[in-house]
Amino acid sequence: MTVDVTAELFTSMPDSHGRFGQYGGKFVAETLMSALADLEELYRKLKQDAAFQREFDLDLAHYVGRPSPLYEAARLSDQIGGARILLKREDLNHTGAHKVNNTIGQGLLAKYIGKRRVIAETGAGQHGVASATVAARLGLECHVFMGEEDIRRQSLNVYRMKLLGAEVVPVTSGSRTLKDAMNEAMRDWVTNVEDTFYIIGTVAGPHPYPMLVRDFQSVIGREARAQSLSQYGKLPDALVACVGGGSNAIGLFHPFLGDAGVEMYGVEAGGKGLETGLHAAPLSVGSPGVLHGNRTYLMQDGDGQILETHSVSAGLDYPGVGPEHAWLKDLGRVQYVAANDDETLESFHRLTRIEGIMPALETAHAVAYAEKLAAQMTPDQHIIVNLSGRGDKDILTVAALEGIEV
Amino acid sequence: MSRLRGVLAQLKADQRTALIPYVVAGDPSPEGTVTLLHSLVEAGADILEVGVPFSDPMSEGVVIQQGHERALANGMTLRGVLQIVAEFRERDLETPVVVMGYANPIERFGYEDFASASAEAGIDGLITVDLPPEEVDKLDAALRHRDLDNIFLISPTTPDARIRTIVERATGFIYYVAVKGVTGSGQLNVTEVAERVSLVRAMTDLPVAVGFGIKDADSARAVAGVADAVVVGSALIDQMVRASTADPALGEIQIQQAAVTLLKSLREGVDSSLS
Repeated sequence: MTVDVTAELFTSMPDSHGRFGQYGGKFVAETLMSALADLEELYRKLKQDAAFQREFDLDLAHYVGRPSPLYEAARLSDQIGGARILLKREDLNHTGAHKVNNTIGQGLLAKYIGKRRVIAETGAGQHGVASATVAARLGLECHVFMGEEDIRRQSLNVYRMKLLGAEVVPVTSGSRTLKDAMNEAMRDWVTNVEDTFYIIGTVAGPHPYPMLVRDFQSVIGREARAQSLSQYGKLPDALVACVGGGSNAIGLFHPFLGDAGVEMYGVEAGGKGLETGLHAAPLSVGSPGVLHGNRTYLMQDGDGQILETHSVSAGLDYPGVGPEHAWLKDLGRVQYVAANDDETLESFHRLTRIEGIMPALETAHAVAYAEKLAAQMTPDQHIIVNLSGRGDKDILTVAALEGIEV
Repeated sequence: MSRLRGVLAQLKADQRTALIPYVVAGDPSPEGTVTLLHSLVEAGADILEVGVPFSDPMSEGVVIQQGHERALANGMTLRGVLQIVAEFRERDLETPVVVMGYANPIERFGYEDFASASAEAGIDGLITVDLPPEEVDKLDAALRHRDLDNIFLISPTTPDARIRTIVERATGFIYYVAVKGVTGSGQLNVTEVAERVSLVRAMTDLPVAVGFGIKDADSARAVAGVADAVVVGSALIDQMVRASTADPALGEIQIQQAAVTLLKSLREGVDSSLS
């Protein structure tokens, strides 16, 4: 699809109302409006503040371990044939996923704004771990809201959060997964708004969160772009990333949006197949609506009730998506596709066995689609896959699916 | 003058404080909701607030959340809420009905379509928790066009300048949220509420209702001393849940009676604050 927009359009969003076209906004209860306004004002100031930016960059370098490598998966590329597959190794970050880029940033915001308590929602537990880590380092009290269902399937991360000193609060309402954890975190925030900073883990939620999370995660794409140019002397032909709320995808995509020759693919959780209804793919088969403070694509019924989702990966098990993705979809700048549970598991095993890299199940969705895409391309072409997280947290899930007791 | 504004003006003239119960449409049952609304009016409600159940009610405490979950499990929809109000209107043309809900079901229905269906059903006003002034333009236009009131929330954290913006947009009445938190939570600080309400009053002639955190006749009496209307939700629903948990064999009318009994005592509390 040809994209008939200028590069400036992408950097100018969101607009002053926090909207990306018709998406985004601030659909929250009145009690939170002034906290959001304060946060926006603080962030706009700190974004221009050299000292804040230097502190953020140093933390990313010395605490997270950035830059993360851009690694050519040579054996995988040879086996699949077609385009060369390059992995942006966010799995090598401290705490094992891209999530920490954002929690470092928001942790600093909490410190600058003087809040002593942080809260977070988590699905797979990666954002919870990254939040608990930053809270431990900054000496902040940390409460992580997590659906009961996710606590069961991500028990390793639950224990990691507890070791880090966080309180993990089980959420028993609704579907007991990520969306309900976000509801509960919002309820806590409404109640404790004066002393609490809400560290949202994805590019969804009310403005300014989609903007600031994107900005903190964009380090991924900036590095990948520079690495591609220095290692290969050219930009990649395509980018692939998994999309739940969409923070790792927007982090990789955003710095490339103005590069018209770079195609982009966001991979949603196809679950048991889009035709079964058991999936978490609002961009593929959902419709616009309002949830968790923003207008975006949602999985909803005809009465506007939010549907339960299904995915083998807790981190993608979410019925909404960041508003910037909704906008990029309508614009045709990014293609949104889905990988189902079975092909994801196959790719999880393949990458583990032939590259020695065990991806998170969320990430394996992106790998699965990249393999299909590569096969249709040529060896002189490059695909960068955001290897957003490592799979250690998922080994019990994978073992259980295969009937193995660990 | 609209039914809602008429009733509020009359109450003011009579120097009485309005009592506004909140129940979730479809809880305990879709068939029983109309009866419950009539019983609440008989027990002393001046205005009714009917909740539209939503899968993700982010501003509700656990009591009302579970009410939403039960209503949805009972198959309640936004269309169902319209039917309930229309049926209520067959026997009551006087009591104003305000519908309270979240944006998505209304957005899905279509703002224009919903406004005209609401007017037709006999709904008088709307409170949409997650449509602050910044996001309400489309709905506002649709409601104004049909003389339906758009009721806004003001909270303990709303800055003064923002209160001014909100009251300029609001019609019907202002809903002051008495506690920082979700419905049914927190300790009511009546002195603080009084200060905030008088601040709001200085900026508008609209009546001010106070809700969140009113649990019994005492708190209703205290709030009635400073507000034009008292809203009670969680406490009523909690009474019904307690009644049906204590005796699972109870019929729905008996379960509803628990809420009706509480409302009567709240009525006494509200009225006694004026004497």
